[in-house]
Amino acid sequence: MPPRMLPEPTPETRHFWDGCKAGELRLQRCTACHESYFPPRAFCPKCASRDVEVYPASGKGVLWSYVINMRPRPDMGTEPYAIAVVKLAEGPQMMTNIVDCPQTPEVLQLDMPLQVSFARQTDDITLPLFAPVKG
Amino acid sequence: MKQKSVGVVGAAETTKMGKIPDVSVIGLHADAALNALADAGLKPSDIDGVACAGISPVELAHYMGITPTYADGTSVGGCSFMLHVRHAAAAINEGLCTTVLITHGESGRSRVGSSGFGRAPSSLMGQFEMPYGVAGPPTMFTIPVLRYLKTYGLTAEDLAWVAVIQREWAAKNPRASFKDPLTVDDVLGADMIAWPFTKLMCCLVTDGGGALILTSAERAKDFPQKPVYVLGTGESVETPLVSQMADFTSSKAFRVSGKKAFDESGLAHADVDHLMIYDAFAHLPLYGLEDLGFCKPGEAAGFIRERNTAIGGKLPLNTNGGGLSYMHSGMYGMYALQESVRQLRGIAPAQVPGARTSVCHGVGGMFAASGTVIFSNEAP
Repeated sequence: MPPRMLPEPTPETRHFWDGCKAGELRLQRCTACHESYFPPRAFCPKCASRDVEVYPASGKGVLWSYVINMRPRPDMGTEPYAIAVVKLAEGPQMMTNIVDCPQTPEVLQLDMPLQVSFARQTDDITLPLFAPVKG
Repeated sequence: MKQKSVGVVGAAETTKMGKIPDVSVIGLHADAALNALADAGLKPSDIDGVACAGISPVELAHYMGITPTYADGTSVGGCSFMLHVRHAAAAINEGLCTTVLITHGESGRSRVGSSGFGRAPSSLMGQFEMPYGVAGPPTMFTIPVLRYLKTYGLTAEDLAWVAVIQREWAAKNPRASFKDPLTVDDVLGADMIAWPFTKLMCCLVTDGGGALILTSAERAKDFPQKPVYVLGTGESVETPLVSQMADFTSSKAFRVSGKKAFDESGLAHADVDHLMIYDAFAHLPLYGLEDLGFCKPGEAAGFIRERNTAIGGKLPLNTNGGGLSYMHSGMYGMYALQESVRQLRGIAPAQVPGARTSVCHGVGGMFAASGTVIFSNEAP
């Protein structure tokens, strides 16, 4: 199996990937209008202020939408997998995979609560995946 | 903008369509261009404006032996050609040029002289979507749909009806890739590609191309073909990442582009005789009907199922068979424009009797961009 396609951080996104490596889901928010946003950038996409801060998000969200890819990309193994969008408790949406559960429509119900689960890939890159909240 | 003063005087697709292993991408652009020039009774030296996507307008101009005073390389995916029409109208009105050639050619199936779908791992898509196993449009364009279906209490069967009814149109089109009748069960039972999307809810992958020639409405009357006038146009863009689309049940780019075009045209929805909505996947006509204002949110599926968009219905939609059954080389917008022009010239294989107006709505990327052109065959 070829190695998984991984992100190459840029100066504007480095804090996000460093956060994942440290086990923290880091978002940004605007100190002027308080908008939380994603993906990372050096200014607020709502009000254009450059006065923004990085903060640790709760890592909680809900399953917003997904597909189940029946023809796995070669670097993703041989079994079908869900490509999902999670709606984070702080507001932003994020693409991810859902782990620790069967990849079936019966199990993957929209609006089910999810919790971030960090998956280390290399020394530099850890991906923020999400798992169903137990209980 | 004085959009009314522009008309389409040349329109043609590539000589062959479907599987064309003996022609490269730029060759398809040129074949379509030569056919459109012949259609308009023009030579390359009569062209002073060029526009294309996929290749650079520099490549097109040089290959065709054109020395333009206007070049548009807008490349925002499959609706780029709607934007080219819009920009050409503005350019002609502004006096930047008189006669614009817009071309498309894509070796989507045979991949002759074409580039791949890859994104740099440092791009936004490379960082925030590619790592999660997306594998091209079938696994990306489709991601918002479960949210749409849940919001309106719909199911995959509602997607299947889109494919079934478009196949009925394709059956009347000799150049359509697929013409055999389909049932909802056929569509639901086809190979699952990306749940809930089966293969028959996804567009074809073919080779082909098309070209348009535009000039001022004043001159348009002097060409061999019946002129098709541009009444109104719109364009917008939203996001390069489908995961960042603000509302998974509605496209902002569709809404903005559609409204702009309708406002400019002065037409009401009831005035529209014919409609094209770029259907890379079966959900696109649902979003398009609602975001363009033909249906209320959540009502497009019922509108289609009740045969309003079918043969004999009040709003004939995707009358060439669409990307689902006619052809889809990758950037399908050009073929939607060609069908609008054919309908208004009165020469479409599945001709809508007496069609005077046509709305042609395109999408680019995965809900990334949009362009809308409203045509009429009556001089404005």
